[in-house]
Amino acid sequence: MISSAIYKKIFKDCRENNLGLWQCPGFLFVAMGFINICSMLGAYIIVKEYNIPELVVFTVSVISVLIFSVGSSITNGFQQIANINRIKSEFVSIASHQLKAPLSGMRWATDVLLGEKQECLSSKQIEYLKDIQENTSRMIRLVNDLLDVSKIESGKMDINLQNTDLSDILKTVIKELDSFALAHNTKLEVDIDQNIKLVKTDPIRIKMVMQNFIDNAIKYTGLEKGVIKISLKNKDDEVFFSVKDNGSGIPKKDQKKIFDKFFRSGNIAKKQTIGTGLGLYIAKAAIEGSNGSIGFESKEKSGSTFWFRLPRI
Amino acid sequence: MDNKKKILVIEDEATLQKALNEVLVQEGYEVLSAHDGISGLDLILKESPDLVLLDIILPKMDGFDVLKRLKEKGSEVPIIILTNLSDINDIQKALDLGATTYLVKADFHLEDVLKKIKELLSKN
Repeated sequence: MISSAIYKKIFKDCRENNLGLWQCPGFLFVAMGFINICSMLGAYIIVKEYNIPELVVFTVSVISVLIFSVGSSITNGFQQIANINRIKSEFVSIASHQLKAPLSGMRWATDVLLGEKQECLSSKQIEYLKDIQENTSRMIRLVNDLLDVSKIESGKMDINLQNTDLSDILKTVIKELDSFALAHNTKLEVDIDQNIKLVKTDPIRIKMVMQNFIDNAIKYTGLEKGVIKISLKNKDDEVFFSVKDNGSGIPKKDQKKIFDKFFRSGNIAKKQTIGTGLGLYIAKAAIEGSNGSIGFESKEKSGSTFWFRLPRI
Repeated sequence: MDNKKKILVIEDEATLQKALNEVLVQEGYEVLSAHDGISGLDLILKESPDLVLLDIILPKMDGFDVLKRLKEKGSEVPIIILTNLSDINDIQKALDLGATTYLVKADFHLEDVLKKIKELLSKN
């Protein structure tokens, strides 16, 4: 029972990652420990039995070489994992770029068909064209998110820091999301301090973060009567933004992983099919790239509050 | 329209070229098209359009080189970069080389592109 648990722990990850035994850090680490113990015992016995200084030096050298070579195998194993990860990020980046060209083609082609001056379409044709358009937009958003993730992973996310007025951006975001909230039977209560201080951040990215918070709150409050409290305040030498919903909340076991990429809380995934699990991961990188902090509080069944704070200029 | 404005589209993706052509003609512009950098550059110099839409990744000569040549020749035609490179460095490079503005193709709907075109043409 115990040995099978150990076996699983050591080998499963390496097998899943397609690493050979001699590249598998978990196995090599255990092997090195084993060799270490055996060598110590062996050296002790040899010294005790023969007591020849040359033999002792020889034994110790052999053991050192052995440990050194196992150690270098471990380093190689890690190196290989790091390489695989880099290649994967590059692949995602290239594939996403390649996907953008045909996706732009689809978007613009449907734009032409749905343009104002095309009046010869039936309502059914228009309905399905709108479906294509909506789905194309979703794919473009996904591709953009993937590109951002690959940039974050390679440490190359572009953050274009500028003096930014968050209240202007928030007002635009709310205007854009108002009808979406209405469609979800959800009320947005907005509380913005007068004279919000300027902060240094990337205006495009911070807009995405605000959209993401509010969009999540609307979607995950569900179709019950939702109330979402959005607030933007000056607090000491920071500007504090928060979005509080009265939705289903995040189960405790999921809370640790909420900012992980591709993570979607179980109770959400059941309700909603839309969403990639990348929004909060990107939001975290954007806020931290602007020297701010991000977090949330959540209680199951009574709702969540997501917030970020940015230092004012 | 008294004086038809002339727009040159340099874009190698056939679908995008076609779609742009269609809406621009609908809007009453005269549209010229090129599918690679060299013929695009020729057309700019020969036809002196009022506005150029320029892709970055192009066969034969890329958009950056087209911009460089135009700068050397002292051309002042306004240029909108059409790109799917959303890398901020590439966009900055194009703007430094004299492009007027840029738009990321996948992120824009055709009506946004039109809006941008109208805005630029009304300025000049």
